[in-house]
Amino acid sequence: MNRLRKSLSFMLTLVVLFSVLALCSVSASAKTSEDYPIDEEYYKNNPYRGTTINVYNWGEYISDGSEDSVDVIKEFENLTGIKVNYTNFDSNEDMYAKIKSGGANYDVICPSDYMIDRLRVEGLLEKLDYSNIPNFKYIDEKYKGLYFDENNEYTVTYNVGYVALIYNKTMVEEAPDSWGALWDEQYSGNILMFNNPRDAFALSQLLLGQSLNTEDPEEWALAYDKLLEQKSVVRAYVMDEVFNIMESGAAALAPYYVGDFLAMQENNEDLEICFPKEGANIFVDSLCVPTTTQNKGAAELFINFMQEPQIALANAEYICYATPNTAVRWMEDYSYVDSEILYPDESVTENYEYFYNLPPEIQTLMSNYWGDLKIDGDSNISVYVGLGVFAALGIAGGAYYFIKKKRREKYYD
Amino acid sequence: MSKKLSGGSKLYLAVIFIILYAPIFVLVFYSFNSSNSTSVFTGFSLHWYKELVKDTATIAALRNTLVLAVVSSVISTFIGTVTSVGLHYTKTKLYKKSVMTTTNIPMMNPDIVTGISMMLLFVFVGALLHKSGVLGFGTMLIAHITFQLPYVILNILPRFKTMDKYLIDAAEDLGCTPIQAFTKVTLPYIKAEVLAAFIMAFTLSLDDFVISYFVSGPTFQTLPIHIYSMTKKRVTPDMYALSTIIFIVVFILLVLSNMAQDQERMEKRRIRRELRQEKKEREAI
Repeated sequence: MNRLRKSLSFMLTLVVLFSVLALCSVSASAKTSEDYPIDEEYYKNNPYRGTTINVYNWGEYISDGSEDSVDVIKEFENLTGIKVNYTNFDSNEDMYAKIKSGGANYDVICPSDYMIDRLRVEGLLEKLDYSNIPNFKYIDEKYKGLYFDENNEYTVTYNVGYVALIYNKTMVEEAPDSWGALWDEQYSGNILMFNNPRDAFALSQLLLGQSLNTEDPEEWALAYDKLLEQKSVVRAYVMDEVFNIMESGAAALAPYYVGDFLAMQENNEDLEICFPKEGANIFVDSLCVPTTTQNKGAAELFINFMQEPQIALANAEYICYATPNTAVRWMEDYSYVDSEILYPDESVTENYEYFYNLPPEIQTLMSNYWGDLKIDGDSNISVYVGLGVFAALGIAGGAYYFIKKKRREKYYD
Repeated sequence: MSKKLSGGSKLYLAVIFIILYAPIFVLVFYSFNSSNSTSVFTGFSLHWYKELVKDTATIAALRNTLVLAVVSSVISTFIGTVTSVGLHYTKTKLYKKSVMTTTNIPMMNPDIVTGISMMLLFVFVGALLHKSGVLGFGTMLIAHITFQLPYVILNILPRFKTMDKYLIDAAEDLGCTPIQAFTKVTLPYIKAEVLAAFIMAFTLSLDDFVISYFVSGPTFQTLPIHIYSMTKKRVTPDMYALSTIIFIVVFILLVLSNMAQDQERMEKRRIRRELRQEKKEREAI
């Protein structure tokens, strides 16, 4: 009896011990932003106080203090005493033109994957000194050493995103699981499509089972045929207009970026998303320092600050894209910590493909095809005929006026 | 205006006004939306106006736009006025024609060509002077003055055609120095056109996106560039709030200026009437 009691009490102790241990481990894994305080001394004692950096970022791509969020730029300026000139661009290509021209001294830029590759190949990026960016340790291994920066010398990943298929559940017969839904005639007139060539071609390439980065002109021709086939069912080619159209329920299907879907869903609960089985395009935007920099140390300090867990959290909440920052990813007070839309299962995204920088001749081919798609082949001629008739009328009118004037002069003479 | 409008022309007028103003009213309407959508109205609120006040980037961009517009249109109006006067007094026709043609080029050129070539020029000059990062307020100012100039000149020059060429001679005969003749006779004569040219230059500068985009630098960003770059995500509704405020301010200014003009006209009419009456009375005596 005594023995039994002894063993029972022993077991009880064990149970209690284990449960305490379990509790401890739970609280250890579920951290909040409070567990990652910003080391203010580190930022205050920087040697760049009083200098200026020029940051060139996408529009609306940083937590800016609206809707009670953190004003990241102001925080950085207050802490470090470094002045930030913050300006925006709207496409990788425009940003590239500015950097390439050499007319502007940017210190931090935020290009996407394929543009980083191009900038790096052309020698427009500065190698980073990662000892100045200790917060690089928070970046997920998945987003280190990506194809455009294999040894991780130039970039710190800022945001990750995927393309997915958004649909209005009240307007489709059954939930789609393939990009083929965008070619489906029963939704004719209710389908939206990307209004930029690379993203649009990518969808048709996925359906055809091609690589998104194929350099074979024949494959591009096939992809073009596929897009042409789709044209009759497409309601409109759109970019950010997609927000209004989908929110008002005016279209049933649209491909767009996952993070932006969350913003749409807030305004229309009928919207759903699916990750098509053919796969999709994954993209990252990374912070880099171009060779035009005049203040590299301060630029690196800024990049480090952007990956400070509390700051990265504010940005992740504001931008709504997936964050590569592992500290933020599992923070308890991160609104999207359980989101299976922003952070789908590994099995979904494993075959997703990055865009590579296409060789110039393929780029020209693509933009020519895109032009042909947007302007119908035959109406092209009618435009010229119209212009010709207009010009002929103008010339005839001018000649008539001239002759009449001459005649009148003669008459009066 | 005394003639009454027929039903058909009233309808026509109404359609034109609806097409002109409907987009603005939609924008004003959604600036009071409580959510960030422009298609789903969830309730009335002043939320976006509060956001606008807090949006330091937008306010800074607005300030930059206004500073640039004022400075560039003052300079271009000055240069344009001087040029017009000069052109009016040149005797050689060839010279006049060639100056007019060259100043008109920026107006006929597509914006994007002007923008890119300006950027290349600035970078080239910067390289000559061994200076990197030349793009900024200075380059934007030069670019804006360049594309405003032809409009200023075209506004002012035609006025001289109606001016009596002996007017200046008469002024000088009566003892004016050439400078006095200019300030007392020529300038009052072209006053209205100079003002119109200034307003036109100002609005052109406010509007411009394409040229500004290429010649802007990292330290100076105007409102059109700021708004355009939002298209990666979505244009935030505090822009609607800002546009609404701008619309209302412009509207009030226009109404005020029209009222002022009306008053001036009434005043002139009153003086004329009194003069006529005086004359009549004198004749009666």
